[in-house]
Amino acid sequence: MKRQDFNRIDAKRRNVVDHRKKQFADPTYKEAQYSHRLNFYATPPTAEITLEQFEQWAIDRLRILAELEACSFRNKTLSETALHMKPLLDKYMPLDANSSSSTQLVAERQKDHYSHFILRLAFSSTEDLRRRFSRVETMLFRLRLSADDMRERAAFVQGLNLDWDPVPEDELRQFAAELAAVSFGYGKKAQQARDEETWCKVDWGRVPDLVESRRVFLRAGKAYVPFREQQSMVVAEFTTRLERALELTARALPRLDEDDRLTPILNHLSKNFVAPDSNYTGGSTAVEGAEITARNMDNLVQHFPMCMSSMHRILRRDAKLKHFGRLQYSLFLKGIGLSLEECLLFWRQGFSKLTDDEFNKEYRYNVRHVYGDVGGDSNRRGGGYSPYSCQKILTEHPPGPGETHGCPYRHFNMENLTSLLQSSGISDRAVLQGVKEDKDNQKFHMACNRQPLLPPLLWWWLVA
Amino acid sequence: MEGVEVAKTTNGTSSQLSNDEDVDMANAPPTTVLDEGVASDEPVGSPEIKIKEVSEVKLEDIFAGVDSDEDDDEEFPGRPEREDRDQSSSPGSPREVGSSVKASDPELMRSFYQRLFPWRYLFQWLNHSPTPTDDFKHREFAFTLRNDAYLRYQAFASSDLLRKDVLRLMPSRFEIGPVYSANPRDRKMFQGSAAFRPLSKELCFDIDLTDYDDVRTCCGKANICNKCWQFITMAIKVVDVALRDDFGFKHILWIYSGRRGAHAWVCDKKARTMDDLKRRVIAGYLEVVRGGAQSGKKVNLRRPLHPHLTRSLDILKTHFQDDVLEAQDPWRSPEQSEKLLQLLPDKELIESLRKKWDSSPERASTSKWADIDAVAKASTSKNFDSKALLDAKQDIVLEYTYPRLDIEVSKKLNHLLKSPFVVHPGTGRVCVPIDTRSLDDFDPLGVPTVQSLIREIDAWTDDSDKQSQQDWEKTSLKPYIDYFRSFVMTLMKDERDVRVKREHDEDQPDSLEF
Repeated sequence: MKRQDFNRIDAKRRNVVDHRKKQFADPTYKEAQYSHRLNFYATPPTAEITLEQFEQWAIDRLRILAELEACSFRNKTLSETALHMKPLLDKYMPLDANSSSSTQLVAERQKDHYSHFILRLAFSSTEDLRRRFSRVETMLFRLRLSADDMRERAAFVQGLNLDWDPVPEDELRQFAAELAAVSFGYGKKAQQARDEETWCKVDWGRVPDLVESRRVFLRAGKAYVPFREQQSMVVAEFTTRLERALELTARALPRLDEDDRLTPILNHLSKNFVAPDSNYTGGSTAVEGAEITARNMDNLVQHFPMCMSSMHRILRRDAKLKHFGRLQYSLFLKGIGLSLEECLLFWRQGFSKLTDDEFNKEYRYNVRHVYGDVGGDSNRRGGGYSPYSCQKILTEHPPGPGETHGCPYRHFNMENLTSLLQSSGISDRAVLQGVKEDKDNQKFHMACNRQPLLPPLLWWWLVA
Repeated sequence: MEGVEVAKTTNGTSSQLSNDEDVDMANAPPTTVLDEGVASDEPVGSPEIKIKEVSEVKLEDIFAGVDSDEDDDEEFPGRPEREDRDQSSSPGSPREVGSSVKASDPELMRSFYQRLFPWRYLFQWLNHSPTPTDDFKHREFAFTLRNDAYLRYQAFASSDLLRKDVLRLMPSRFEIGPVYSANPRDRKMFQGSAAFRPLSKELCFDIDLTDYDDVRTCCGKANICNKCWQFITMAIKVVDVALRDDFGFKHILWIYSGRRGAHAWVCDKKARTMDDLKRRVIAGYLEVVRGGAQSGKKVNLRRPLHPHLTRSLDILKTHFQDDVLEAQDPWRSPEQSEKLLQLLPDKELIESLRKKWDSSPERASTSKWADIDAVAKASTSKNFDSKALLDAKQDIVLEYTYPRLDIEVSKKLNHLLKSPFVVHPGTGRVCVPIDTRSLDDFDPLGVPTVQSLIREIDAWTDDSDKQSQQDWEKTSLKPYIDYFRSFVMTLMKDERDVRVKREHDEDQPDSLEF
């Protein structure tokens, strides 16, 4: 890609050379037409924007996406997420419908369009980033699709040309009962709804989640999908196309020659795609009596979330802790503002049965690595790993025999969990019952939040 | 050399090899030319057997030519010379099969694989065409050797080579895996890159009677009888019709697993090329009974019922009456009937029923089932929800009759499943196909065993020329092999028609001659 030199005359393009005429010349790129509020992001943007717009739009979108990701980690339902996101969306990335009388339609949609593509550049480099990006963009798309007005949505879907066959009349009659039963329920009202619905016939492989949960009628390898379920097909199509596009972008990325303008912005964007931030500074916001020091640790433990306090308990009991437990706990301590020296002191005191030499030999390096004091360039630059989010603790690397890490609400069985709670002073029946229900429903966050002490998620805000 | 050592107890070489070879005495390591050509270099019984491959293709190819001249159409040559019948016998002649001979007796197995196993049809089934294609050449086979070693990633260029290896290694069973993007034996060359990956495999289902142990009363664990076999019959009916009517699959092969269950192989091309996600979707669509021992009510369905479930209920309700209520009688004792009560929705109803049954212990399940409706009708409670009761009863019928599939078998494309026509080492029964046209007549206890089959061959006294008659035609394996052959022919024809049609379509634009 040639460097942009405004004085360079490209023989292949129609150029207006006269500087007086240039400012009024017609743009040589086609302006994008934004006929719908929603966008499948099939065509990349072509017009010019300033670098400030480039960065600002991307950051705004990033804010939205990071917040969406956090909502998903907290297992919020679609409606809860929509409610939560509304103010943010209105602030950073509003998108009005065609039916509204807003004058900003084109500007809003252009911002949405461009910011998506900018973030595509930033997040296509590694597989992990691609996966997260496509996941969170799908969430955003689904949110917007469900918030959309019926007619506009239909028009948008129509415009996509996703090649769905309508169901012929005779089949509608033949399968009338089944169609009503599967999609609408019993009785006259259901039949009426069925008659008014538009149906389409697609290969069953295109609606996997509907088939797996038996929410759609199948015959001879075809699924009979009512219009309202088409939403999931549209979303699935969105995801597939996005993933394909991201792969292509990843391959094209090395050829991008923008090291002094765009690349620093893009790198900055991809690093900030974490919630919460991984840059931790010393706790200057310490409260009297609750200083975060090694000495004070036993007092503070009662305020820690269950996963950390249980590991602390085991450390005190056994004077040792296995690797992943130490890792998870140290990252947490770093997160709440414990400095490296205090942390080293804490572990040294914790492993009371060892001599100085043994401790230094086996464990010192690890703690320093966690804080980014040693290690490779990226580790030191980034201040070590970021503390594990609940999502990570819940889903990655379950504890094996003898290991202490993980989330007690998930990885302990009910009896052990109850005795743990009771030994940390929680004996209120209502709370224990609530914890049990939450555990059964796999809502581990909610179970943890029942602790009548500081909810764990507040910790993150405390240290920022 | 592991191949050799395992075969130590058999009587030397297979006579399929060149006639020039030495006949070895038992217990001496055979020194056939073939074995010397084997390049395996790990010690016997070492755990490395699992990962080492045995490369023997080159010499095989040399002998392949020699063999086919001898055999020609006679893949299972008859044995005209029968004089020598003692234990340390001459190669290949079947032993006097006494009743005390175990099914896993190597001599019996060898005769079975030499003379009865339908190699050619197995090849055509997996190959989808008469001449070898990648579907067979890149197909993984896994052998379970008799010392329990497991040899994976075996692949063969033709059915003869597969047969030779089986006869050489004499596995107690062998399994079929997916077709890979390259010869599995060459997998190391790809250094774990994505260039070597599984491409296709039939969609499989596994139904095992041990999953029904909480609802069958006649047998437990590894035992089966004709009464509990009905659970498998029910399962086959429900799954088969769903796969055909709902998903549009046409080539479904049901195989008796040899002891207490059945496997399904869906062989349509569309099915073979499905990825893991789609397989999981089908398995999820068919799954109804969920939960383990501590789960309480295992069937909890949303209403109104999906058409697949209404259809299944329709198929299963007579079976419920005959095979569960009458034959199994699952709620006779008080503890058993307590289980039934736990599945009902209305507390008052449960109380009344419990009282009634406490006063007449050992009441038959058929009566208890009828009691539910009778007592409910007599109920005076005004809040009585008759719909909830009907739904609960439907759920109970499904819990006791609906197929219980092992989802792991179906979910993954690279799952290995036992091959049809293998002998089950525990029972000696051959894993024969189940003819779904006469499903109700299938008797698992009447499936031929390897011992009985060999006896049948020996007893065959027809003296017309019949050198051309296959050995299996002389035994009770014949109907099963005939069925398998016609299944395979239909499958191949279907695939060929599609290929021809496609070529025809491609030719069309050029054929505008006048």
